Amino acid sequence: MSHYARRRRANATAMTLCLLATTIGILWLFLILFSLLLNGLPHLSFEVFSEMTPPPGETGGGLLNSIFGTVLMTALGVGIGAPIGILAGTYLAEYGRYSKTTPTIRFINDILLSAPSIIIGLFIYGIVVVPMRNFSALAGALALAVIVIPVVVRTTEDMLLLVPNTLREAASAMGMPRAHVVWHVAYRAARTGILTGVLLGVARIAGETAPLLFTAFSNNFWSASLLKPIASLPTTINSFINTPDANMKQLAWTGALIVTLAVLGLNVVARILGAAKKQS
Amino acid sequence: MTYANPSLDSVGRLSAARSKILTRMALGDRSFHLVTRLCAYGVFILLAGIMLSLIMGAWPAIKAFGIEFLITRRWAPQLDEPILGALAPIYGTLLTSFIAMLIAVPFGFGVAIFLTELCPIPLRRPIRVAVELLAGIPSIIYGMWGFFVLGPFLAQYVEPPIVWAFQDIPVLNVIFGAEMISNISLFNASLVLAIMILPFITAIAVDVFTTVPPVLKESAYGIGCTTWEVVTNIVIPFTRVGLVGGVMLALGRALGETMAVTFIIGNSFKIDGSIFSPGTTISAAIASEFAESSDLHRSALMYLGLLLFILTFFVLAAARLMLMRLEKRAGA
Repeated sequence: MSHYARRRRANATAMTLCLLATTIGILWLFLILFSLLLNGLPHLSFEVFSEMTPPPGETGGGLLNSIFGTVLMTALGVGIGAPIGILAGTYLAEYGRYSKTTPTIRFINDILLSAPSIIIGLFIYGIVVVPMRNFSALAGALALAVIVIPVVVRTTEDMLLLVPNTLREAASAMGMPRAHVVWHVAYRAARTGILTGVLLGVARIAGETAPLLFTAFSNNFWSASLLKPIASLPTTINSFINTPDANMKQLAWTGALIVTLAVLGLNVVARILGAAKKQS
Repeated sequence: MTYANPSLDSVGRLSAARSKILTRMALGDRSFHLVTRLCAYGVFILLAGIMLSLIMGAWPAIKAFGIEFLITRRWAPQLDEPILGALAPIYGTLLTSFIAMLIAVPFGFGVAIFLTELCPIPLRRPIRVAVELLAGIPSIIYGMWGFFVLGPFLAQYVEPPIVWAFQDIPVLNVIFGAEMISNISLFNASLVLAIMILPFITAIAVDVFTTVPPVLKESAYGIGCTTWEVVTNIVIPFTRVGLVGGVMLALGRALGETMAVTFIIGNSFKIDGSIFSPGTTISAAIASEFAESSDLHRSALMYLGLLLFILTFFVLAAARLMLMRLEKRAGA
């Protein structure tokens, strides 16, 4: 009987520890959100979205140029990266499904998916910033595009592989060429899934800092030029949070709140889309 | 009555319009095939390009320091003839990742066991999503939070008692010793890294736990095993390869993580054996010095980047190979 009691006690202890681990795991999320709200919310106002970043020693000001920079580079990055990723994913799932190189491409893509983002920054610095001789929004967008590509390749391939083969066979039997089968049957069936992948890609790059540090650099003024350095929310947070200026520090916290809510919001939307797909 | 194929003319040839459309379709098909193929091979080109550009950028430093770069402790870029060695950042990278894994792996497995074995089914999805949202928070936010919120708390309430408790025990008083406790330290960076990689470990552990055939678990429960015994005797042995793969994948993330660590680690190039003193990692050194560097210093930072890329490449490759092995078995 004592053996039985010992086993039950071991089980109860282990399960309590698992429950505790889960509680602490979730607690982190709420602790981080709580301190962001605590520090960022009091200064969240319309001015944050309508005014430029302030110089040290002044009051007021906003984050307009950084927000614009983030939106511009994210849009460009996804605009460049998503089509390439979708097409590459299409090759892996459709034309090259049984090709010998496909497993290797998939393997390399999976490695790029988790490669350190600062390395991507160094890469773009080497091939774009050095030849052009200055930091630019274009370089930042290209760095973000390189990060988006593997995310989109992976989800596109997975989603296309879920499309039942009988659909493709039916279309082919009617005499549709392969490209039409992909465009009008496979893409249509996998549309939501591919969109989810693109959204996840946006969420991934919207908060990236490391690859922008030496590609887009930073800029305290309004700039809409693709060939000049441009501010972005994460890099502005990075430089403002380390200043002694209280006003700039405040703005950094507010910016952090905006970035986090935007990124988490995108994640939630992507998940809801993904879940709706699974149920239908 | 004879059946007339509308696309053939009276002598049985394809009409001109029809064959034009068919040619166009064939051409479209071939070019679409080619474009998708080019994009897929673009992935190869990307990897090769990253490798090549890092090697080219690092070349002056490779020529100047050679392989000794790996074992040189000193980092003195300001000298007329700079002496630059990678030992301190390599040490910091490996140490922080190791401590982070030590904390995050048991936690991640605990959460995964809870989610797959204990949790009431309606709660499973919300809890899983909440843990996975941790992975969505940008790394710079972790850095700020670690520096301004977690760091001061640890420095005030957690680290002093630990330092005090170990002060008279040899060896341990070096590891857990500190001249001055601040909110900048290797340990704080490791803890933040642990929180960041927790969702990766949990997600993969849950995925591989669900590949265990229910029959196996049911038969173990049937002969009277407790939940814990089912987990340790059935679930974990069955999924071992996948779990190791997941852990390696998280390790790959931890090794390359940049912004979160840069904030908290202090970028100081010394190795004193204590986990409560400031240090640096490869990525933190690149992030904090690259913009102000030039010539050999910049090239040495590229060399560091190359080392980091090679290191993470092998860790991630091993992780993927292990996960692929599990997938193959699950598919069979």
